[in-house]
Amino acid sequence: MPSVSMVVNGRQVSGEVEGRTLLVEFLREQLRMTGTHVGCDTSQCGACVVHVNGESVKSCSIFAMAASGAEVATIEGVANADGTLSVLQQAFQDHHGLQCGFCTPGMVMSAADLLKINPNPSETEVREWLEGNICRCTGYHNIVKAILSAAATLRGEAVAAE
Amino acid sequence: MAKDEVSASAVGAPMKRREDVRFLTGKGSYTDDMNRPGQSYVVFLRSSVAHGVIRTLDVEAAKASEGVLAVYTHRDIEADGLGGVPCGWEITQSDGSKMVEPAHPILASGKVRHVGDPVVAVIAETKAQARDAAEKITLEIDALPAVVDMRSAETAGAAVHDEAPNNVCYDWDFGDKEKTEAGFAQAAHVTTLEFTNNRLIANAMEPRACIGEHDAAGDRYTLITTSQNPHVIRLLMGAFVLNIPEHRLRVLAPDVGGGFGSKIYHYAEEALVTWASKKVGRPVKWTADRSESFISDAHGRDHVTKAELAMDAEGKFLALRADTMANMGSYLSTFAPCVPTWLHATLLAGQYTTPAIHCRVRAMFTNTVPVDAYRGAGRPEATYLLERIINKAAAELGLDQAEIRRRNFIRPDQFPYETPVALTYDTGDYLATLARVMTMADYAGFEARRQEAAGRGKLRGLGLSCYIEACGIAPSSLVGALGARAGLYEAATVRVNPTGSVSVFTGSHSHGQGHETTFAQVVADQLGIPADSIEIVHGDTDRIAFGMGTYGSRSLAVGGSAIVGAIEKIVAKAKRIAAHLMEASVDDIVFEDGQFKVAGTDKAKAFAEVSLAAYVPHQYPIEELEPGLEETSFYDPKNFTYPAGSYLCEVEVDPDTGVIDIVGMWAADDFGKVINPMIVEGQVHGGLAQGLGQAFIEQCVYDANGQLPSGSYMDYAMPRADDLPSFAVETDLVGTPCTHNPLGVKGCGEAGAIGSPPALVNAVVDALKPYGVQHMDMPLTPQKVWTAIDAATPKMAAE
Amino acid sequence: MYDFQYVKPANLYDAVAAMGSEDAQALSGGQTLTPTMKQRLAQPGTLVDLTGVPELKGIEVGPDSVTIKAATRHVEVERSAELRAAIPALVELASRIGDPQVRNRGTIGGSVANNDPSACYPAAVMALDGVVVTNNREISASDFFQGVYATALEENEIVTAVRFRRPDSASYQKFVQPASRFALTGVFLAKFGPEARVAVTGASENGVFRHAGLEQALSASFTAAAADPVAVSADGMIQDLHGTPAYRAHLIKVMTKRAVQACGG
Repeated sequence: MPSVSMVVNGRQVSGEVEGRTLLVEFLREQLRMTGTHVGCDTSQCGACVVHVNGESVKSCSIFAMAASGAEVATIEGVANADGTLSVLQQAFQDHHGLQCGFCTPGMVMSAADLLKINPNPSETEVREWLEGNICRCTGYHNIVKAILSAAATLRGEAVAAE
Repeated sequence: MAKDEVSASAVGAPMKRREDVRFLTGKGSYTDDMNRPGQSYVVFLRSSVAHGVIRTLDVEAAKASEGVLAVYTHRDIEADGLGGVPCGWEITQSDGSKMVEPAHPILASGKVRHVGDPVVAVIAETKAQARDAAEKITLEIDALPAVVDMRSAETAGAAVHDEAPNNVCYDWDFGDKEKTEAGFAQAAHVTTLEFTNNRLIANAMEPRACIGEHDAAGDRYTLITTSQNPHVIRLLMGAFVLNIPEHRLRVLAPDVGGGFGSKIYHYAEEALVTWASKKVGRPVKWTADRSESFISDAHGRDHVTKAELAMDAEGKFLALRADTMANMGSYLSTFAPCVPTWLHATLLAGQYTTPAIHCRVRAMFTNTVPVDAYRGAGRPEATYLLERIINKAAAELGLDQAEIRRRNFIRPDQFPYETPVALTYDTGDYLATLARVMTMADYAGFEARRQEAAGRGKLRGLGLSCYIEACGIAPSSLVGALGARAGLYEAATVRVNPTGSVSVFTGSHSHGQGHETTFAQVVADQLGIPADSIEIVHGDTDRIAFGMGTYGSRSLAVGGSAIVGAIEKIVAKAKRIAAHLMEASVDDIVFEDGQFKVAGTDKAKAFAEVSLAAYVPHQYPIEELEPGLEETSFYDPKNFTYPAGSYLCEVEVDPDTGVIDIVGMWAADDFGKVINPMIVEGQVHGGLAQGLGQAFIEQCVYDANGQLPSGSYMDYAMPRADDLPSFAVETDLVGTPCTHNPLGVKGCGEAGAIGSPPALVNAVVDALKPYGVQHMDMPLTPQKVWTAIDAATPKMAAE
Repeated sequence: MYDFQYVKPANLYDAVAAMGSEDAQALSGGQTLTPTMKQRLAQPGTLVDLTGVPELKGIEVGPDSVTIKAATRHVEVERSAELRAAIPALVELASRIGDPQVRNRGTIGGSVANNDPSACYPAAVMALDGVVVTNNREISASDFFQGVYATALEENEIVTAVRFRRPDSASYQKFVQPASRFALTGVFLAKFGPEARVAVTGASENGVFRHAGLEQALSASFTAAAADPVAVSADGMIQDLHGTPAYRAHLIKVMTKRAVQACGG
């Protein structure tokens, strides 16, 4: 079996995989990092979104081998170093942007990518960005609020730091 | 406790959810996240044919396939004498006979009855190996004509089950037929509406999964499963399928990623993995692919109805008549028979004083996936019926949609109000919720908005819906009389630990509802201790005395009431301990702010001092009182609860394409007392999204052969963020607390899904008024809307 | 999914060589191929990942044409300022393919080679008088697309780039299928001098096509009203859950008129 190595949340990892092993399977079944979820088999629900080399991707639609040598970031690596919630995670809690929690890791990873590209998104831009993330619980209302709020907080911090 | 702790966790405060941190950091523990030592994997070979006789089934090549541990068919199931999947509700037909209740085998026996019917279970070292092996099975099926459209099921010429040659499961009716006919005889106007309440697929984001495990040392089984009610699964599977007594069967439902009804039921896969774990001597895991969920999770709704409303000249309702066909699918799922009957016909009074109601329901077998309760379960169907026919009546009579409702509302001074369909509403104020939502939506300003939109070439419409639901299911003696094979109480144990921390064991199950927070608020409020020192335990039959689970918006009203019952026992006992400690009469002890005080003195004992004394009973009334501080309560509700509200939906239709833009969705709900408004509003948001999804985008379609073209997210449209607007939701504006449970709560989980579909359809029909459109069946897809416009356009041009 | 051998060549020569192995299949972004393989509807023996081939990456904007290399991802097209200046409609099109995560992986070469009847890019290639460049030839759009999922590509042939002619103006109007978010009907309109080219995706049972009647009318008079009298036949249009042939035919005209308006006509 071919072996693959990559950096996941800053940690060098490697493992034996098949050609058909998906990145999400490598994360969940070999690394036992189960925060990244699988909610569909047609690449639409977005529960599996992680970052590969700084960009959000659906880890169910990329082979582990294709991520060889890449920097992968998952929900397990999002919190602050001291274990407290990041601004974005905290906004999800503050605004009740999650219910069952299953889509949440993908939502957070997707939203983090948006805020990196567009620190000041409009509500419409947030809603359009979330096209690839399905949530069945929240009706999106509070997810959108949480992302807009996190964006505001992050902009405020940036101003304060200048 | 400290003041900020009090205010943060107080009843009525929007306390942040305690469960969120684990979900936000990837530390949730869902069934598929779990792996047991030595675990194997099962893959099911399912029928790709809707209806047929199994002619050839050869599994030898699969057995020899790499990594395969076992391959099971119905022969193995029958050899071990296992039962079929049971149904939990029996309907008595109009003629007094019982419904037809065919066997539901775990693996198809002789015949397959829907696409997705499991035929073979293949267990292997890995999922891929199991799947590879499944492809080596020879399964040949002689196809029979598929019974798909229930409207023609009686004359289809094919029977899903031999026991039901006309495919009728039951023919049932309810209400006073003669009185209803009399009402129609004196009517000045009768409005008729024929419609479909579209079939839906719940689509909780977590696909179903389960792990069976057998401990040979103790001959004890464990099932970890994606369930809304682990005790119910233990009861149904243990007693009816596998013949395992409760003490040798543990069912765990850990973090569960949404349910919406679809995870209430006992499914064949659960029984198979549990049974097989002993046969193969290894834990057996099954996780559904989403495409498998589409053809194996119970579907929802699917009614075809003809409704008639009799009115006097002023639009006062005189009588309502409904004739419904309800699709049961191929087998009877756990609660399926009760959904179109007792959860539907009993709600047909709505918020109105209609004096006579009659409803007939025929439940049909078809070669489709079983249909059971989905968020709202029967009540959305009843609300849709009423709220659509009322708007059609208003249009026919030239009445404003709010005015016709006001003329017929049950008024606040009429409670308790006994409807002609068996329910007694304890409380409500429908005029108030209607007035509130009209203010929220600027009802009065709508015509100006319509004009403005017309200037942009858009058709704007406003739709109202006033729903009521019966929640907090349900008084056990009542549901027993109606055919339930279970009681519908809830259980709770409150364990005060020696140092004063509290463990609450609840039979309710949280799969997104936030019980770990709301229930902690209730306990903190009752005991005057910080929420931090309270844990809420659910989802484990070994740790929790008993439970009936979470559905029908019952958790707080029934499960919360059981917790209150246990707390009352705790406080009563603790008062006796405190009286002893302070050498006072128990009658003089008052409990407030977490302190046991002797009335009229400054003597007091903290909660933790009393709990410590209960476990270190050195100075203790040991002659008359046992040590310890743990109490269990079973709460059996006295009545249903009756949340109600008024919803307005505003849309803009693009006449060129038929696309609907939902520009406003307002909800004014009366849920009685609200413990955590943040969570309650979130529940409404989610319900609205599902209800709107049903109304305009979600389309579950079977073709004539019983195939499911809408069998993946490529064709089944899930509402996404950019399909929906921001919602305006107010849940605490009026509030008529429930009169018969200790918390005054009514339930909020289903309201949004019940009230919103007719609001949206009413809005679109209003928008299409210039085209003479009177009704369209859900979902109102762009194609359907455009077709309606297109069909009316030549007529308009001619006028 | 069936297992396969995964190879990731570092240059075009090796990629072409790898495509010579038995049942080889090119993999680019994998946003369509991976789900197809999960359903066990494709069984490649070797999967040749083209994303590591530097010759297949980049965008070149010339005075008369634009070339997008095959492994260029939709997100790179979406965010290319140069391209936005040259053919904004192409940038708009890329920005509405799938969702952000799909755009972060999916490539133009993969889209064109797959020729999904509801994909967006084929309409642009047709309307913008495009040329599909492979490792051994150039194929005009009209020759390249040969029906649903069918192209002129031969075994072992790799799409290396797509070249578009720069129009005077262009617009892509996509009417989305609500579940998949693919085009239920998409119209790419391009104007070259007096010539209007109208390419339609998502609608026809034969895949992407140009609509002669609409092109003729709009070449004569570039106004939305000019499209009105044109007969758009429902014959050969797709019938599915989301649209009848008549609805799709209707949408072709509506989308075309919107495209004309977006082009200032």
